[in-house]
Amino acid sequence: MQVAAVKDYVGVPRDVVDNFHGNQLVFIGWDDHLMFCAPLAFPFPPTLRFGDIVEKVLPGAYGYHPDWAKIDWSKVEWMKSGEPWTPHFNRSLAENGIGHKDAIRFRTPGLTGIQGSCS
Amino acid sequence: MDMQVPKKKLGLKERYTLMTRDLAWDTTYQPKEKVYPYADYEGIRIHDWDKWEDPFRLTMDAYWKYQAEKERKLYAIIDAYSQSNGHLGVTDARYLNAIKIFLTAVTPLEHMAHRGFAHAGRAFPGAGARVACQMQAIDEMRHAQTQIHSLSNYNKYYNGFHDFTHMYDRVWYLSVPKSFFDDAITAGPFEFMVAVGFSFEYVLTNLLFVPFVSGAAYNGDMGTMTFGFSAQSDEARHMTLGLECIKFILEQDPANLPIVQRWIDKWCWRGVRLLSIVAMMMDYMLPKRVMSWKEAWEIYFEENGGALFKDLARYGIKMPACAEQIRLEKDHLSHQVWATFYNYGGATDFHTWMPTEDEMQWLSQKYPDTFDTYYRPRFEFWREQQEKGNRFYNQTLPMLCQTCQIPMLFTEPGDPTKICYRERTYKGNKYHFCSDHCQHIFDNEPEKYVQAWLPVNQIYQGNCFPEGTDPSAPGFDPLAAVLEYYRLNIGRDNGEFEGSEDHRNFEAWRGMAKRND
Repeated sequence: MQVAAVKDYVGVPRDVVDNFHGNQLVFIGWDDHLMFCAPLAFPFPPTLRFGDIVEKVLPGAYGYHPDWAKIDWSKVEWMKSGEPWTPHFNRSLAENGIGHKDAIRFRTPGLTGIQGSCS
Repeated sequence: MDMQVPKKKLGLKERYTLMTRDLAWDTTYQPKEKVYPYADYEGIRIHDWDKWEDPFRLTMDAYWKYQAEKERKLYAIIDAYSQSNGHLGVTDARYLNAIKIFLTAVTPLEHMAHRGFAHAGRAFPGAGARVACQMQAIDEMRHAQTQIHSLSNYNKYYNGFHDFTHMYDRVWYLSVPKSFFDDAITAGPFEFMVAVGFSFEYVLTNLLFVPFVSGAAYNGDMGTMTFGFSAQSDEARHMTLGLECIKFILEQDPANLPIVQRWIDKWCWRGVRLLSIVAMMMDYMLPKRVMSWKEAWEIYFEENGGALFKDLARYGIKMPACAEQIRLEKDHLSHQVWATFYNYGGATDFHTWMPTEDEMQWLSQKYPDTFDTYYRPRFEFWREQQEKGNRFYNQTLPMLCQTCQIPMLFTEPGDPTKICYRERTYKGNKYHFCSDHCQHIFDNEPEKYVQAWLPVNQIYQGNCFPEGTDPSAPGFDPLAAVLEYYRLNIGRDNGEFEGSEDHRNFEAWRGMAKRND
């Protein structure tokens, strides 16, 4: 069943990419750092260079955390839709295969938040 | 001459029949299916509406009399409370923030419940069910009104109470209660009764009312306590109706069982997700605690709910599938939710704060397996930073669950260090969920939930700015524009409690009430 209704009924999805004025939504979560209570949502153009997210956007989002400055980016492990995945920093979101509303996670080995509490 | 014949007084039973079921009639010039178009499409089979047992023998005239008496008492107490500056008698001004949440998140639901029961009452072909729903619809309207009247007193003195109806349709965290009830009233009448009449009113209402009403009593808030007690006798009736309705549906046809079970599973989960805000209120917002969320959950759900589902086992109903996950979450829920509101406290109409050391000790004691390990380090860090003038605010909007619309703050069942991510693709679009249960709800009716109005996504689509806003103007501040759209007074309604206008005013006024300077 797709919906319980008295007649044929088709829902109009509210969050299709066309509604974002040239942007797409990208969700990013930093594993083991629950001081940021949930993954973050960003509107990015698909042409954005992936490295620019890490270098220019995420410091504003995560820089408050004392672990942020300690990250060794060569060791970071990435996931997309829950599967291990390797981004190319010099390629765009589209070239990296990051679609609208994709969820990306990164883990920073050795860094587990305030006093190791995953905060 | 005319003889005065004394009118025969009707017996209670006769009177009841005349004033309720006897008011119904059978259709003659229109087919019944056209008059009751919502009675069949959900798949529930009812063979004999006369088997409906009225859960309370109340007629409209008696109803008005009882309710009017209660109103008189209620308004006398509210008047006395406001005339004697009762607001200065609450434990401390942090408490008022719990009441702001009640007004913005619960009172509008009372009104929606009114609409839902009115609709269900119209839609049911059985007269007994119609009368019962009609009375509950009026009760719910009364609850909304008495709550607004009781709480209007606080609006004279404190921030954040000023525009709750506007906020209900817009503010990010209020999309959680709003979407809950919109989901219920856009369902058919039978699902609505299982959702609100049974799952919410019968299984979960104690977890809403007891914390708020006892919380009010413990914290010196006579106004809130009084409307709570005034609503209580109605709640008892509502619970009885919810249970009667479930039993009636199940007794009518064995084919109804799987449908009802699916609704119970869905609505218990949706209800528990909705109550996560009550969990944080109990553990963090009441200066004088009643009991912990975990204790309340154990008494009102695990013990009372357990007994209820044992009783329903003879109909084939099982404990909702989500019960196990909720058991795992009860040690974490309030801490994770309070941390979320602390993250986004810049965008709420109430204040947030970090608990004092005494309060952290209480939390350690109530949550010995989790608080010190997972949450105390985070909260102490935040407190230290705040004392250094570096109070934490999350600068980026969160990812939301497509079904419950709560930020994706919940952790994997059994691993409190990992956020629980679930996703699925439907008709080429991706959707994300906080849990297996929210995903299952979506999977059962994707055409409904693809339409969810998720506040974060709406903000990024540019739909949450005041009319006439030009986002391309130089120096455009999107967050400020969103808060303006919410009609939130920046710097007064939102942010940190310590040093807020509410905090300062309360201290000053209470000082004046106690001292002669």
